[in-house]
Amino acid sequence: MSTQANRRNWGARLVLLLPYLWLLVFFLVPFVIVLKISLSQTALALPPYVPVFDFAAGWAGLVEFTVQLSADSFRLLSSDAIYLLSYLKSLQIAAISTIFLLAIGYPIAYGMARAPRAWQPPLVMAVVLPFWTSFLIRIYAWINILQRDGLLNDVLTRLHVIDAPAAWLSSDTAIYIGIVYSYLPFMVLPLYAALEKMDETLLEAAADLGCPRWKTFWLVTLPLSLPGVAAGTLLCFIPIVGEFVIPDLLGGSETMMIGQTLWTEFFSNRDWPVASAIAVSLLGLLLVPILFYERLQQRSLEGGR
Amino acid sequence: MADGGEAAQNNAANEKPPLVRFEAVTKRFGSVAAIEALSLDIAHDEFFALLGPSGCGKTTLLRMLAGFETPTEGRILLDGEDIDAVQPHRRPVNMMFQSYALFPHLTVEGNIGFGLRQENVTRAEISERVTEMLALVRLQGFGRRRIDQLSGGQRQRVALARSLIKRPRVLLLDEPLAALDKKLRAETQFELMELQRRLGTTFVIVTHDQEEAMIVADRIAVMNHGRLMQVATPSEIYERPNSRWVADFIGEVTVVEGHISAGGAMDSALGKLSVAGTSGAKSGDTVWLALRPEKIGMSSERPAGELNKVPGTISEIGYRGDISIYKVRLADRSLMKVALANVSVRGNALFKAGDLVWLSWPPDAGVVLDS
Repeated sequence: MSTQANRRNWGARLVLLLPYLWLLVFFLVPFVIVLKISLSQTALALPPYVPVFDFAAGWAGLVEFTVQLSADSFRLLSSDAIYLLSYLKSLQIAAISTIFLLAIGYPIAYGMARAPRAWQPPLVMAVVLPFWTSFLIRIYAWINILQRDGLLNDVLTRLHVIDAPAAWLSSDTAIYIGIVYSYLPFMVLPLYAALEKMDETLLEAAADLGCPRWKTFWLVTLPLSLPGVAAGTLLCFIPIVGEFVIPDLLGGSETMMIGQTLWTEFFSNRDWPVASAIAVSLLGLLLVPILFYERLQQRSLEGGR
Repeated sequence: MADGGEAAQNNAANEKPPLVRFEAVTKRFGSVAAIEALSLDIAHDEFFALLGPSGCGKTTLLRMLAGFETPTEGRILLDGEDIDAVQPHRRPVNMMFQSYALFPHLTVEGNIGFGLRQENVTRAEISERVTEMLALVRLQGFGRRRIDQLSGGQRQRVALARSLIKRPRVLLLDEPLAALDKKLRAETQFELMELQRRLGTTFVIVTHDQEEAMIVADRIAVMNHGRLMQVATPSEIYERPNSRWVADFIGEVTVVEGHISAGGAMDSALGKLSVAGTSGAKSGDTVWLALRPEKIGMSSERPAGELNKVPGTISEIGYRGDISIYKVRLADRSLMKVALANVSVRGNALFKAGDLVWLSWPPDAGVVLDS
């Protein structure tokens, strides 16, 4: 009897272990490797850094390996302004894009949540529909739209908004357009989820107690949707900071987001240690909002019980 | 059927004009009529109940008074003024919702003070009146609690305090006790009555629980299919229902069908029954005699005296503690319900199933109904 109970216990433990195993294999181990590379030095070799960990060397090898590790790459990051500027640029673009996403996404989500019940599934479908086309193809389409003789200039000149075609492509504006377009579903869906589950009698109660409609929005609707606002904000902000494809394809050459700087170090300069150091620092930078998001998720799970 | 005429009659005793008046109000949702040409007066300081089965339109009536629905036809007067154009947030009425609709992001104080914060009231006065309200609903010391830290009964009291703090002309209560367990509901009913008497505010309660309506209300409007069936005091509705439907909806009843005979008595399958009055029915009209179970006597011997007497056999006994309900099979195979108080503590009932018994009642025990 006890052996059977034990076996069942082991089964339960194994199931609990799976997510940790997943994190270990696909997050922790790769991260340790990247961290190790970031503490190495470039070398004209394969792989292009030293020291290389050698199992065969035994204890002495381990000691020698440890001695050779250095924080030079991190020192370089802090001494050369280009890296700091890249980080700041990324944060700036992520922050401004997130504000735009919130300003555009909230009314959309609000409209969806207040639409008749039967309309809501098709509306959600419409928000998710762009995912059916490859992300890269959609960004290439934006190149077409934004280029000098593209659709946007064509429409604007015909409407006499502008006299001569403007240069949209290769600018920060293009990056913002691309990011806001690509990330909008990630903002709309959590907002919609928060607004949709709100009890509408709360709005009647507010009206009954003397609160006009516009004020009810600020006093009841908005505060109750804040978990959705936070979820959408972080779900957009965190990946936008590390965004590479959109600024690379739509942005100009004068400003680089941190993802592009990392790419340059890795592929153009073949400086794996510095590239790894950038990645590790980026993770450190994003750890604050990620942890905040985790806590928020946990709290909403507890609140839902 | 009660209509504007009877409502006006009920108000003739009051010198003041009614506080609330529904004038031929009709409400249609699409092609479905929820309320049909309904007229009703509610007096000042009255505890008024709207009673009926679900879907009878009682909640729609309440929501029209609150302003969440607008009448398709007719008008609603509050203190003699048409309130059709007045938006919900400007009406001097407050509602306690069935789900309570408490704001989950605010504390108990935040919820109770919400209504006052929409007006030009100083912080100090708000805090003072919130404290007053907390005391009124016996929730002192709970002001800083979050709503999800409260029990169902406490939430109910917060909702009540929140709807009372603005001192509304009319307090609307939509099934306010439906979510409470039976014991707590019974206590809260008496608390509501006491509160209404103390504040002198007009309360309009919507309920499907006839016992609750009878206990708390001064007057009850019984509704069915969007129409008023009867508007009267609880005892009038119970003792003098105006139709078989009302008699059957309120409490237990046995209905005996028959015709008015030449002598003013009633011919039925149970023989000639003497009745106290015929409610205006003429000789030969089909009428129904409604008999409440507790008005009927039961004995093993044929009783003497000027009573209606029928013999029968006890078919079922429902023991309820305080009383027992006996279902007695009569000569025409119909069943008559009789309620007897279980006065003996020994619990061994005087009658058992299968006993031959005599049922008897005086002529004025039942009501003759013509519809």
